[in-house]
Amino acid sequence: MDISTTKAPPPTEPADARPPADDRRKSNSATRPGDRVFLGLSRGSGIVLLTIMGAIAAFLTYRTVLALSDNSGNFFTTFEWDTAATPPKFGIPVLVFGTVVSSIIALVIAVPIAVAIALFISHYAPRKLSGPIAYVIDLLAAVPSIVYGLWGALVVAPHLVGLYSWLDDYLGWTGIFEYSGGAPRSLMTVGILLAIMILPIITNVSREVFLQSPKMHEEAALALGATRWEVIRMSVLPFGRSGVISASMLGLGRALGETIAVATVLSPSFLINASLLDPGGGTFAQNIASKFNEADEFGRDALIASGLVLFVITLLVNGAARLIIARRKEYSGANA
Amino acid sequence: MAKRIDVSGLTAYYGSHKAIEDISMTVEPRSVTAFIGPSGCGKSTFLRTLNRMHEVTPSGRVEGKVLLDGEDLYGSGVDPVNVRRTVGMVFQRPNPFPTMSIFDNVAAGLRLNGSYKKNELNDIVEKSLKGANLWNEVKDRLNKPGSGLSGGQQQRLCIARAIAVEPQVLLMDEPCSALDPISTLAIEDLIGELKERFTIVIVTHNMQQAARVSDRTAFFNLAAIGQPGKLIEIDETERIFSNPSVQATEDYISGRFG
Repeated sequence: MDISTTKAPPPTEPADARPPADDRRKSNSATRPGDRVFLGLSRGSGIVLLTIMGAIAAFLTYRTVLALSDNSGNFFTTFEWDTAATPPKFGIPVLVFGTVVSSIIALVIAVPIAVAIALFISHYAPRKLSGPIAYVIDLLAAVPSIVYGLWGALVVAPHLVGLYSWLDDYLGWTGIFEYSGGAPRSLMTVGILLAIMILPIITNVSREVFLQSPKMHEEAALALGATRWEVIRMSVLPFGRSGVISASMLGLGRALGETIAVATVLSPSFLINASLLDPGGGTFAQNIASKFNEADEFGRDALIASGLVLFVITLLVNGAARLIIARRKEYSGANA
Repeated sequence: MAKRIDVSGLTAYYGSHKAIEDISMTVEPRSVTAFIGPSGCGKSTFLRTLNRMHEVTPSGRVEGKVLLDGEDLYGSGVDPVNVRRTVGMVFQRPNPFPTMSIFDNVAAGLRLNGSYKKNELNDIVEKSLKGANLWNEVKDRLNKPGSGLSGGQQQRLCIARAIAVEPQVLLMDEPCSALDPISTLAIEDLIGELKERFTIVIVTHNMQQAARVSDRTAFFNLAAIGQPGKLIEIDETERIFSNPSVQATEDYISGRFG
């Protein structure tokens, strides 16, 4: 958040450069009541936002320090979450694994589908059809996550048994796709459900970007004898690339933090299971949600510590996305 | 490589609006034909019917015939994609692909048409850039993005891209209107060289330009706003600018009109 633009003019102007300008600024000719009110409002909002962010960070850090100082295990390597024991012992590797893996599965499934839908809406579908399709996609985003969770646990999961057995037959040797039967309330199921949940936001943002791809570049491709798909490959996708990355990061952010749907679908256990198809594992948000009510004061501090880690992971993901976008800036459509 | 264009009874619509009506003309191979006329008279629309770009705009459609050496571009079973591979186009605003390097821009059309060996591709790109009088300016930075060039260079890059696929016809839609006089001169010189190899059709608002570069000039006009544009006359450029046979043409080129 950059509030520098709402600040007063920089005071570090050389004094001898233009003294009259300083005089004028101090006089009453430059400001109007409306400007002053708006300046106050926008500056105030910026300050409030920073204060809230600061307060959250301070709170998380303080409680984290409290929790970690009494942890008898190693926060980063202990495969246990026993905060009621004396001495308490807890660590996050299981949660990191579960969170990252389920989110990656979600992205791998959702991004190609979302980009395909977005391209269909923006460049293939007749106008009469593209409106309703976009509307239905929007509706997907409006479904509450508890509904997704219940649907995932009661409807989707049972139907995945067949797929998982098939995967086990052909890819079981990899270890990742081993399936030993039973209710498939596993990280893979969570990933599939998360994919459906993040589909709308990735689709919508990508669609907006694709719609803005410059007509003149599309025509350039057409005039060279490009087919519709080649036009998309030559002028739409390169232009929309950074937008799709941003959209994916928005989706990833939602997947990383999704709580109630994961908690409903996953049958958690505090261990890292090499097979993604068998139940087990957990995510940060799911772990917090399922343990928070029964936890004592110290247990809650430990959960907050894990929340801080999730916060940091999200920040890192965003930073990585920005790096990817910035690296291709020279070739982006922005300086066309 | 150049082909002759015969247009007969061509009418183009945007939805129910008739943009140009009943146009017939012949464009000789290896010549430059200029389209002039007031804004909105349909010269660009007509140009875009010559490579089936008109129908790319939603609700655009065309009636009539455009024969390229006797073959109807609008015949049944003709793929517009193939038409556009034979009839190249350069646009009003330079539009190199911003995500591609200079080299890739020139090679873009070739890569669509088939696979080339690396050195084959190098040769064609060099030849095309030389053909567009751009080679000396960019030969050291072929891997830099095309959007880093000046406007005039970008337009010549677009011309290089268009001629790299060796089209039969090259359409130019006000190719100099976004350029400064020096770049304009460079493009005009280039047109003079290119007509040795291609059939060139150019739309221009600049009558001096039409007089300078073209062999034949077609004057388009419309009766009133909202009326379809029509071809008033087409003749040798010299004749159009000295002794046109229609009064409206003379009014237009002498500035007594629109």
